[in-house]
Amino acid sequence: MAVMTYREALNLALREEMRRDPRVFVMGEEVGLYDGAYKVTQGLLKEFGEKRIIDTPICESGFTGVGVGAAMLGLRPVVEMMTFNFSILALDQIVNSAAKMCYMSGGQYNIPLVIRGPGGPAAQLAAQHSQSMETYFYHVPGLKVVRPSTPADAKGLLKSAIRDDNPVIFIEAETLYAVKGEVPEDPDFLIPLGQAVIRREGTDVTVVAYMGMMYRALEVAEELARDGISVEIVDPRTLRPMDTETIIGSVRKTHRAVVLEAGAGFAGMGSEIAAEIQEEAFDDLDAPVERVTGENAPMPYAKNLELLKTPSRAKIAAAIRRVCSA
Amino acid sequence: MAQTKTALAQTRLDGELARRLLTQMALIRRFEEKAAEMYALGKIGGFLHLYIGQEAVAVGATSTLRPDDYSVSSYREHGHCLAKGSDPRRIMAELFGRIDGLSRGKGGSMHLFDKSVNFLGGHGIVGAHLPLAAGAGFAIKYQGGDRVVLCYFGDGAVPEGEFHESMNLAALWKLPVIFICENNRYAMGTAIHRALAQTEIWRFAETYGIPGEAVDGMDVLAVRDTVGRAVERARRDKTPTLVEARTYRFRGHSMRDPAGSVYRTKEEVEREKLRDPITLFSERCLKEGVLVEADLKNVEKAVNDLADEAVAFAEASPEPPPEELFRDVYKD
Repeated sequence: MAVMTYREALNLALREEMRRDPRVFVMGEEVGLYDGAYKVTQGLLKEFGEKRIIDTPICESGFTGVGVGAAMLGLRPVVEMMTFNFSILALDQIVNSAAKMCYMSGGQYNIPLVIRGPGGPAAQLAAQHSQSMETYFYHVPGLKVVRPSTPADAKGLLKSAIRDDNPVIFIEAETLYAVKGEVPEDPDFLIPLGQAVIRREGTDVTVVAYMGMMYRALEVAEELARDGISVEIVDPRTLRPMDTETIIGSVRKTHRAVVLEAGAGFAGMGSEIAAEIQEEAFDDLDAPVERVTGENAPMPYAKNLELLKTPSRAKIAAAIRRVCSA
Repeated sequence: MAQTKTALAQTRLDGELARRLLTQMALIRRFEEKAAEMYALGKIGGFLHLYIGQEAVAVGATSTLRPDDYSVSSYREHGHCLAKGSDPRRIMAELFGRIDGLSRGKGGSMHLFDKSVNFLGGHGIVGAHLPLAAGAGFAIKYQGGDRVVLCYFGDGAVPEGEFHESMNLAALWKLPVIFICENNRYAMGTAIHRALAQTEIWRFAETYGIPGEAVDGMDVLAVRDTVGRAVERARRDKTPTLVEARTYRFRGHSMRDPAGSVYRTKEEVEREKLRDPITLFSERCLKEGVLVEADLKNVEKAVNDLADEAVAFAEASPEPPPEELFRDVYKD
């Protein structure tokens, strides 16, 4: 184990997988000479050279399609989106080319492609650079979608994503890059895709949360513990395939659930998880499932409005108290 | 650097080559006519975009390839897939939605793929497969060797951003891709002058500093020569090329536009049909004495049989079983 930042853990995962498999290469805007817009690819050009660390012009659809085409010939591209907000420009390549190629070719061409980069609410980056993009992807059969909350998860899940034979959408967060944590240095350390984790054990209520919301939930859980409310926190880590078994198992134990989501709530991840809980564990519930989500508005720039957009600790605490007193 | 050439074909024609090119063009024609019949009978559903009239492009271009080269196309791709060497029976079974189809019946007319002949697919979103071609070119360069990629698309893809992104990347990174624009003058019902500020499509090559050539797409040997030069450049030093093959589709955009008569005149269609690539090539072969009438009859008989066998094979193939619904959503 070593203590490192989330950013360093991602960098290490890329290095280890590139050393392990010559078919792996990294492509994207500013990944090489500039050392990465967020420095996730720092030093990779120096270690692996221009053949495998490829700076692209600004053409998200074009270079994502290049990744898909290269994957058809057996390479294992890691395509960086400088931020996932820009992936909308590549949405057709991701949804119509990458996700469906295996299916519509009858299994002849699978696409071992990772598309990674930061997403989710950032700090005063306003409407176009501060949004939860996972919603656009987890709806699509053929894609896997990962949101790693901790440095160790960032490393273990990115390595699994690179070794996976399918297109994986791997969405990090600007706000987590500097977070530090213990990370296994073993180059064979992997966290399988599709496996949730219980971040905090509790007995009274299950809170499902990932990324920034997961950290906020941990803080709220400590606060509520002083009032005798025991909160269990489940972090799905992979949104597709979703480890519903772990979530349902926790709900069966606590009989109560609150689902957190940073992005706009309408038709979001929270709706899906709440529906799953109701379908699978309705009889175990002692209270209606609550969702605490981002407001249904674009991200505003003004600091005070930005704070209103994303679920606050107070809102999360209130929802948990409501569910626990029902 | 860019140039246009509509010069006479340089290929030395012999009986073997003539028979091969004619057979492939005639097979595509007959296959497509059969497909249209089957569509009318309700055996084929969805969209069906026929290649009739454009056969010289796929056949002339593919005749310059080695088996380890790649090609990739849009949704009007039956001809490209056949020319690359796919089994017509498995293509027809795919159109029928049957388990013995190339994609186990799950792709359909617009999504033919055949890994066994390096055919990277039929793609249904206009322009979207051009970056894939660049990606295949990238992989070739990464892996080493002198393989090349042919990428076919219509004039309708030229206004798309992905055409320009792909041309830029291929030129910038020197990728062994030959972009073949089959200019049939209509993007569905929109005539080229209503869609493009620059209707001389080959000239876009100048912008990207790569060779560009226009060629008579109704002349299979001219296509072969032009694409052959491009393939040679791509093999030698990874130079990409833009080829504009001027052609015409004799049918409508799809079977839902069978006559294609709303946006073009009957006179125009009839006039273009006088330049039928199969007729032109047959006449030339007879005139040059490389084939005789009996050869033409034999070719016709052979392709009729192949098309009939394809239909019989497709008819006999079972529907995909229900578990196919979930198979290959993910690769295990």
